[in-house]
Amino acid sequence: MHEIVILGGGPAGTITANHLADELSSEIQHGTVGVTLLTDKPDQLYKPGLLYLALGRAREEILRRPVRELVSPRIQVLVETVSAVDSAGRTVVTQTGRSIHFDQLIVATGTRLDPAATPGLREAGDLFYDEDGARKLNAKLASFREGRIVVSVIGVPHMCPVAPLEIVFMLDAWLRQHGVRDASRLTYTYPINRSHSIPSVAAWATPELEARGIEVETFFNAESVDPDRKVLTSMEGTELPFDLLIAIPEHRSAAFLEASGLTKHGWVPTDRETLAVKGFDGIWALGDTTDLPTSKAGSVAHYQAATVAKNVVAFAHGNDPVARYDGKTICFIEAGLDRATFLEFDYARAPAPKPPTKLVHWAKLAYNRAYWLTARGAL
Amino acid sequence: MPELTVSQEIDARGSACPGPLMELIRAIKSSDVGDVVAVLSSDPGSNKDIPEWIAKIGYELLGNEELGGYQRFTVRKSK
Repeated sequence: MHEIVILGGGPAGTITANHLADELSSEIQHGTVGVTLLTDKPDQLYKPGLLYLALGRAREEILRRPVRELVSPRIQVLVETVSAVDSAGRTVVTQTGRSIHFDQLIVATGTRLDPAATPGLREAGDLFYDEDGARKLNAKLASFREGRIVVSVIGVPHMCPVAPLEIVFMLDAWLRQHGVRDASRLTYTYPINRSHSIPSVAAWATPELEARGIEVETFFNAESVDPDRKVLTSMEGTELPFDLLIAIPEHRSAAFLEASGLTKHGWVPTDRETLAVKGFDGIWALGDTTDLPTSKAGSVAHYQAATVAKNVVAFAHGNDPVARYDGKTICFIEAGLDRATFLEFDYARAPAPKPPTKLVHWAKLAYNRAYWLTARGAL
Repeated sequence: MPELTVSQEIDARGSACPGPLMELIRAIKSSDVGDVVAVLSSDPGSNKDIPEWIAKIGYELLGNEELGGYQRFTVRKSK
């Protein structure tokens, strides 16, 4: 039997699994191919929803679904934590001591947050990139009456490149709604010399930020936090005092990948078109864990999944991988609490944001619910 | 002049997001002081962005080569 093992139960893992279940249905049925998905958590978390959770606009239970309900019954799902990959021995080892053979491996393990990489951040900073952080931030905002809020993009690269802009726009609207905007200062920091890495997004966002009285600190690569003085300091030497620090922390790929020699400089070296892991035959990577110069965003994983599945099927049949990922990405951007816009781009085409509308905001809210159809491979 | 040893070269051609400068910052962050990092960029804006950031942070821009449709920037993390 040709064994295909998928590591990860996020969007990249489940969407790929469902493509494979379709494309290899007869082989799986006849027992000539097996597909196993390993996930360390029984539920998948819809991470774009954390933004809404932090601002008290989403219930936690709508952000989670059991992985077993999201993938085809033709896929074997194991809820176990991987401890190592032996790429030469074609084996994955789990923390329970189980050893799983693979002919092909798909690495879809996403990223992990590493706030400890920034001294003082864990003691003095808040974040909204995981459930616990979003919940705590929501509680702090509930009692926020006055002071300076700093939203700082520290991790490069980080998940969802537009989320820091979204939270700052949503916070501005939220503070106004709660009648405390006049008593607060809102500052946004970004590592490069404009408000976003995409020039057209920066050109749209900068006047929007100015119009709302949001201060912008550019060329600000946060290096450390002084929890006693409540000051954030950058590599460039700027100091920013804060009352509430909302940080986008450093991100890394899964620790076991680093220990198994599958990463270079923190990420999995991946061919930008075929999505093969460089230097390893029959090992593929997609989603946030790759070193590709793409956004770490769900839509990227969604489009990459189709490419990986086609190439895995070709490999299983002894053919060359011919499917190519073209860099396609789509991102919604919330521009407050009732307006949004979106971006669409690929390796060859730069994005061009349109003015935000209520209609796109409602489309985003609808997609937040409809996402589970994407995870299931239906949308 | 002795040949430079580049510890990391990033191919950021066609990178709309996060973009070549962000890719360079990522590589610099994971480098040691003294390391040399190279980044390939097809974004014309990099000619301004990358030297500006290097000047601001006080690192050393060792090279900026035009290689036919793209640039190769070489940077030393000097502190």
